[in-house]
Amino acid sequence: MRNPLSKTIVEIPPSGIRKFFDIVSEMKDAVSLGVGEPDFDTPWHIREEGIYSLEKGRTFYTSNAGLKELKIEICNYLKRRFSLDYHYESETMVTVGGSEAIDIALRAMLEPGDEVLIPQPCYVSYHPCTILAGGVPVVIELKEENEFKLTKEQLLSAITEKTKILILPFPNNPTGAIMTYEDLKEIAEVVVEKDLFVISDEIYSELTYGQKHVSIASFPGLKERTIVINGFSKSYAMTGWRLGYAVGPAAIIKQMLKIHQFAIMCAPTTSQYAGVEALKHGDQDVERMRDAYDKRRRYLVEALRSMGLECFEPYGAFYVFPSIKSLGMTSDEFATKLLMEEKVAVVPGTAFGECGEGFLRISYAYSIDNLKIALERIQNFVEKHRSR
Amino acid sequence: MRDKILETIDKNSKISAADLAVMLGTTEEEVTTAIKEMEDEAIICGYPTLINWDKVRCERVTALIEVKVTPQRGLGFDKIAERIYKFDEVQSVYLMSGGFDLTVIITGRTMREVATFVSEKLAPMDAVLSTATHFVLKKYKEHGLPLVQKSQDERMLISP
Repeated sequence: MRNPLSKTIVEIPPSGIRKFFDIVSEMKDAVSLGVGEPDFDTPWHIREEGIYSLEKGRTFYTSNAGLKELKIEICNYLKRRFSLDYHYESETMVTVGGSEAIDIALRAMLEPGDEVLIPQPCYVSYHPCTILAGGVPVVIELKEENEFKLTKEQLLSAITEKTKILILPFPNNPTGAIMTYEDLKEIAEVVVEKDLFVISDEIYSELTYGQKHVSIASFPGLKERTIVINGFSKSYAMTGWRLGYAVGPAAIIKQMLKIHQFAIMCAPTTSQYAGVEALKHGDQDVERMRDAYDKRRRYLVEALRSMGLECFEPYGAFYVFPSIKSLGMTSDEFATKLLMEEKVAVVPGTAFGECGEGFLRISYAYSIDNLKIALERIQNFVEKHRSR
Repeated sequence: MRDKILETIDKNSKISAADLAVMLGTTEEEVTTAIKEMEDEAIICGYPTLINWDKVRCERVTALIEVKVTPQRGLGFDKIAERIYKFDEVQSVYLMSGGFDLTVIITGRTMREVATFVSEKLAPMDAVLSTATHFVLKKYKEHGLPLVQKSQDERMLISP
């Protein structure tokens, strides 16, 4: 028999998260701080709207780009929250989560050999999706001393003649870093000057603490070069609904829509109706959840620092990214031993790129009570291994 | 700061001042002082526990009584409300808009106890014109909290 497999896909390494997930799943009574999704249930009025749409028998396909009503609400929302102006018809499409949008944006824009700049540590899909789209991933290693922000200098030194796309994953999973207006301004200038395009993954845009999220697409000249990706998973606690969207220049959206049309047809109809309700009446829920995350964030950062773990102040998403270098272990070792000895699951920083070595991703999408139990165990662990 | 403290302890009064301080980004001293002041000003009036008595082998009956009363000149409804809420068995008293004046929620050990309270204490008061008693059959949610066991965390233990 011939080899049934594609060489490209076989050569892509499996996600580091996956490997760790398999170990954790075997531990029955582990306390986990390892998730990348909210602990809140989707607000009831949103779920109720989904149920109602099923009761009404709205169980058909929607148009490929999504319900008109939802696209209009998406544009209203982006205008209201981030001063972004998009047309619902030609510049907006609804996707199966933000992750589909990442994939099809890359596929719609890349020619074989085009380079994609990926600032790491970051979410796990940009790298493999770039390869699958025929592009060449070029990693930019973000530094703790820059608060894990992308700097102009780092960007400039990574650009070659083949560079086409910059991925901008802020607020960042796993570091919790954000990019302020000033930070983005420098980046925006380089993007225009070097004639690049941006895929800005803003899925955590509602979860920033103390300062409001700024989209790079709001800078002059950037709207024409940016695909903004966002969705409902994190802001409205709707991960399982698989609902996201992309907005950008009509010419790019049109081609993305083509891939979406052939591969997906349309995002789930029930989810789309629930999404309309979320955008219309969900602002208060977002605020309530953001407040809760902020309290946990402070609590977690303080607790980790008081154990003597260096912990950079994260202003976004729901992760902290403490350094464990002082304990003389690798991230993998730390995470594995912590799981075996204290039954607490966290994700090694290396799951998000090699430069995550020496760090852990700890999620605070958990109740304070839950965090307390886990933190006590982490403290035991740190004390035990520090005294050795 | 006061609002933030109140919002945080509204559903969980057991959070320590030290934890509150960290969560709200302030000092323990400031939290302690603010709470003390709010206790003195009767903004915080107590720290009761939310109990689902149905799960305990302990008979309790709760009734909601609609009461129509005659307000008193110069005192309005306050005086009569006070006369009613001073009874130990009375849990809550609210002044209402609409078809009746006061909602009185009372608990007793038995139905008879509640009935006796209504017929011998409440109804005979001079200002009380009429009462209508409704017994509570089951409590589902109180103080914003469902009276059910917390559901398990069904998320995958690790996700990207």
